[in-house]
Amino acid sequence: MSLFDLKLQDIHNRLTNKELSVSDLVDASLARIQAVDDKVGAFLRVDEEGARAAARRLDDKLASGEERGLLFGLPAGIKDNIVTEGLITTCASKLLANYVPIYDATVMKKLKAAESVTIGKLNMDEFAMGGSNENSAFQLTRNPWNTEHVPGGSSGGSAAAVAAGEVYFALGSDTGGSIRQPAAYCGVVGLKPTYGLVSRYGLVAFASSLDQIGPLTKNVEDAAYVLQSIAGYDRFDSTSANVDIPDYVSALTGDVKGLKIGVPKEYMGEGIDPAVKEAVLNALKTFESLGATWEEISMPHTEYAIAAYYIIASSEASSNLARFDGIRYGVRSPNAGNLLEVFEKSRSEGFGPEVKRRIMLGTYALSSGYYDAYYLKAQKVRTLVKQDFDRAFEQYDVIIGPTAPTPAFRIGSKIHDPLTMYLNDICTIPVNLAGVPAISVPCGQADGLPIGLQIIGKAFDESTVLRVAHAFEQSTEYHKLRPSL
Amino acid sequence: MSISIQDVEHVAKLARLELRQEEKETFTGQLNAILKYMDKLNELDTSNVQPTSHVLPLVNVMREDEPHESLPIEKVMLNAPDEEDGQFRVPAVIE
Repeated sequence: MSLFDLKLQDIHNRLTNKELSVSDLVDASLARIQAVDDKVGAFLRVDEEGARAAARRLDDKLASGEERGLLFGLPAGIKDNIVTEGLITTCASKLLANYVPIYDATVMKKLKAAESVTIGKLNMDEFAMGGSNENSAFQLTRNPWNTEHVPGGSSGGSAAAVAAGEVYFALGSDTGGSIRQPAAYCGVVGLKPTYGLVSRYGLVAFASSLDQIGPLTKNVEDAAYVLQSIAGYDRFDSTSANVDIPDYVSALTGDVKGLKIGVPKEYMGEGIDPAVKEAVLNALKTFESLGATWEEISMPHTEYAIAAYYIIASSEASSNLARFDGIRYGVRSPNAGNLLEVFEKSRSEGFGPEVKRRIMLGTYALSSGYYDAYYLKAQKVRTLVKQDFDRAFEQYDVIIGPTAPTPAFRIGSKIHDPLTMYLNDICTIPVNLAGVPAISVPCGQADGLPIGLQIIGKAFDESTVLRVAHAFEQSTEYHKLRPSL
Repeated sequence: MSISIQDVEHVAKLARLELRQEEKETFTGQLNAILKYMDKLNELDTSNVQPTSHVLPLVNVMREDEPHESLPIEKVMLNAPDEEDGQFRVPAVIE
């Protein structure tokens, strides 16, 4: 058994009773990385020295008996697009291969306050663009359940590290499904909070109106603890929501009696693997047995969400990534003569193919003569997608469906066809366009690969999303399954 | 709408990307396939729909104009590819 199979409360008690130290927890994390990360490839960088130093500090504090943070001593992995002061942050891009952040993202400050221990930085698709981690400039991450398959993405390193027991929890970011889809593929819990609940300050921007940081954990209760630690208003993020943060852990009552569930037929139709559909229908039976009811509903604009998303996200990306010019940070091309060449060569040599493709798509969509046809049109369709959710939430407490249409696909099977890769995001993208919260929890397996159930809630109603996910988890055994590595 | 290799060259210039010939050809094909898929949006009548730029009901987020500490120059320069006297050094702009 791994230390990380202990529940957070058990770890807390053992620390209190001096049966365990923070150094033990950090040693367990580092030993597990040593043992399995050659196979998994989740970590871009392990900060052994920093983690051990933090562990010693926390152990000293433990001895003093002072009040401890909510995540005291827990080893954490951080997606490599979240800036960590003094610890190289690359976004899995050659362009940022040498970038040492001079400040901490707000979520890192909050994790420090909650007293978790940062073990290292996790692989991802370059600049969070992709759903397989195959777009990392540095290495492949493999699915711990079957290393011939992708871990999903873009937070693939975060999901794989948690699934492989290398860290207690991880942070990821989700722009179109990048927390939930890898969580589903790796059999862990992944929560995308409401847009604005968690500060984006220090998250290297991909698509600013969609990006949101969230936790990847082994169970729903841990997701509630991590969310509790990172949520809240931040003056450094101009789209941070100034809302009261409830007690998420106390919302986990196990009670879903009378809960009304809507199941969009568009999430269960063509292109959904029969095994995934069956797992979702079984989950709905579980909810019935717990006293909830469900009905099929229609979210008619779902089929337009992918097109709208890829225009909006790529347009925002083309603007956000203009900052990478080889002047202030990042790698400057040694082959540049004049200033224009500094821009063009640094960018062309630094960005990988998927990032270039999206910059091209976004620049085209925003360029003179095409703005109305593409960008404005997509923003209007975004309104229609959001209205689908508004209408559904007038009648239903949550919306449930699959997280991804299939279990994790084989490495190399989709990378040469970008459009097919984009279409794989059908179940997660509408949620980002509407800005509402959603969680993926394990709900089955097919051929040894996990399947994820997606539970979507009203804006800022993470308490309900977590309560429903927790009730399901507690009536099933899927979250207890571990890959053999 | 369909885009040509000349369009790809024009957009690459706007985006400050220098593409190799084979990249231009690949992107022309891939972007055409993607944009053809995007045409799906024209099935929807959006003449009376307001655009959504982001989902929060936030308008003109203001704050008091209070001075706060800024990052020290030495720290900011730590990541500069080329630097001189606390300034970013670049090739001559005017030759």
